[in-house]
Amino acid sequence: MITRRRLLGSAAATGVVTSVGGLAAPALAQGTTVRIGYVSPQTGPLAGFAEADAFTIDAFNRVAAEQGLDVEVIVKDSQSNPNRAADVAQELIIDDEVNLILVASTPETTNPVSTVAENEGIPVISTVAPWQPYFIGQQGNPGDPESWRPFDYSYHYFWGLEDVIAVFTNMWNQLDTNKVVGGLFPNDADGNAWGDPNVGLAPGLAAAGYTLHDPGRYQNLTDDFTAQINAFRQANADIITGVVIPPDFTTFRNQSIQQGLSPKAITVAKAILFPQSVETLGEAGHNLSSEVWWTPNHPFTSSLTGQSGQDLASAFTEATGRPWTQPIGFVHSLFEMAADVIKRTDDPTDPDAVVEAIRASDVNSIVGRIAWDGDNLPPFAAQNVCKTPLVGGQWRMQDGGGFDLVVVDNQTAPDVPTQGTMEPLA
Amino acid sequence: MIGADTIIQGVLLGGLYALFAAGLSLVFGIMRLVNLAHGDLIVLAAYLLLVVTTALGLGPFVALLVAAPAMFVIGWTLQRVVLNRVLGPDILPPLLVTFGLSVVLQNALLEGFTNDSRRLRAGPLETASVDLGVAMVGVMPLMTFASAVAVILALQWLFYRTELGRAFRATSDDPVTASLMGVKPASIFATATGIAMLVVTIAALFLGTRANFDPTIGPARLIYAFQAVIIGGLGSLWGTLAGGVIIGVAQTVGAAINPEWQILAGHIAFLAVLLIRPRGLFPRAVD
Repeated sequence: MITRRRLLGSAAATGVVTSVGGLAAPALAQGTTVRIGYVSPQTGPLAGFAEADAFTIDAFNRVAAEQGLDVEVIVKDSQSNPNRAADVAQELIIDDEVNLILVASTPETTNPVSTVAENEGIPVISTVAPWQPYFIGQQGNPGDPESWRPFDYSYHYFWGLEDVIAVFTNMWNQLDTNKVVGGLFPNDADGNAWGDPNVGLAPGLAAAGYTLHDPGRYQNLTDDFTAQINAFRQANADIITGVVIPPDFTTFRNQSIQQGLSPKAITVAKAILFPQSVETLGEAGHNLSSEVWWTPNHPFTSSLTGQSGQDLASAFTEATGRPWTQPIGFVHSLFEMAADVIKRTDDPTDPDAVVEAIRASDVNSIVGRIAWDGDNLPPFAAQNVCKTPLVGGQWRMQDGGGFDLVVVDNQTAPDVPTQGTMEPLA
Repeated sequence: MIGADTIIQGVLLGGLYALFAAGLSLVFGIMRLVNLAHGDLIVLAAYLLLVVTTALGLGPFVALLVAAPAMFVIGWTLQRVVLNRVLGPDILPPLLVTFGLSVVLQNALLEGFTNDSRRLRAGPLETASVDLGVAMVGVMPLMTFASAVAVILALQWLFYRTELGRAFRATSDDPVTASLMGVKPASIFATATGIAMLVVTIAALFLGTRANFDPTIGPARLIYAFQAVIIGGLGSLWGTLAGGVIIGVAQTVGAAINPEWQILAGHIAFLAVLLIRPRGLFPRAVD
């Protein structure tokens, strides 16, 4: 499809319209406020991801004012609903005329917003969604890799399933197990992606010498896991993995203890992301393991405020009275990206200039280095995806109650310090 | 694969569904009111139990003694102030009002308690189990089933052995004639909803200790409760228990074949019962 911008772009490249190069001159935009749209799930089931929004935007506005950046952040709530996310992205572009969109938290939020922005030709930076569901999920035909096309305006940073596989198997390798893994994959977007026999966890685990037993997709909010427990017992699984929502994980964990299933490791995504969910498990939460995207101990500092991870986490706890969670670092990093990109763009009101600045990014952010240089990525995703470090951690119960997330494996990102080694479940 | 274990776990799961359904069955049996907010009222009761346990430092079972009367008052007031006004020959207004109530409850709880996953803590009891020889069975699921039977027994006694029960049955059969005999339907209805809320609080106790809850999970549990009521036959309390057990066993057996069939098997069992006995297994009233 030939759009006005693509025509201008290619014309400029071939020198046809060099004489009218003044069209996109930065002088036109001097003194205009740069408008940043931000979409996140502030209400609904995904609301936990967005709890640092107000805190982060306050900090961003404060720093922007100090540095003389003329910016305005317009916040929209996706209500944890993909359709609503697409609607508010339209509103941001058409009614608010934003120059840059930031979006975070799960493919249900990032994908509809990125798709709308890509179609409208507005630059968008997204994070907190594994890159496969982000990139492949937005393709016209996800089943046919030949047809996959890179995006022009949509840029993403996070990790991918290959990193999860590496982190999980590295953690399990620290234990003495029979390398038999039981999988809990629900019938939802994540469960189907992770549980896919061809592109999910199974082939990666097999390559690392682990056998995955997948009894099949179950429905979210299931009240009984007897079938899975029996299947894992029959397969003699020492390890249990999956991507489970918190209520179901509690049901599973209780029932498995009641019915005498005692694996050496339970490594699940989603269910034990937030400390509040782990606390609901009590003693049964001790030594559960998971992938870790960010902790206050990650050796990075904010390019925006100069805070270390520790500083940011304690500032958040002080401001809100709530414990730190992993999304806090990533929401902060999104606004680091916004500030950095705007500073490096002559005319932030020109989408193509903004895209150029995004592609040239090399930011040492609070979640690690962000640069779209295609490092460690397949060629088709190299243009639009950047990977941030992923390590493995275990929740340890404290003496006075409460849980600590301890990094136990850093082979995938050696600059993130470990605070212990993998311990088997009691 | 499908051994005694699967069946036993299914029966115990049925106890949980029967507890969810008992309050619904009671209200529907007496005043033909389909309460779409039933699931959200269970979640409300779970939060009430949570508040009582954290504020007063009580265990969840003792907290029940505080929360249950409070829920009775909430139920009584709800019926008296709101639901009695919409009861009539038209079944649509009560449906709409309870649907609205469901939305209001979810959002009020979200506003008050945030979206955090919460849980009622029952200490070592949570993971305790007994070995029945053929299967390891959790103590909590056993208590859930025992409570379901106890609740049904108590309601049965109330219905058939007390003056209040006679008034319930009379109002259910013919409110006009009942009021000629000095029974006030409005007040009978309010008491019935209050008692249903007592049952709801017991259901909330077992839901909240079994799994996490958050403000939005209510409606997901409502469908099994409805199915249990319908399978059992409208107005029959023992039927509700039987209905819960049928759905529970169908789900665990379905899951044992393949977890993808778990929920589907419950729905198929429901349809099968309706095909054979369109009015449920033990219908009490003729309507």
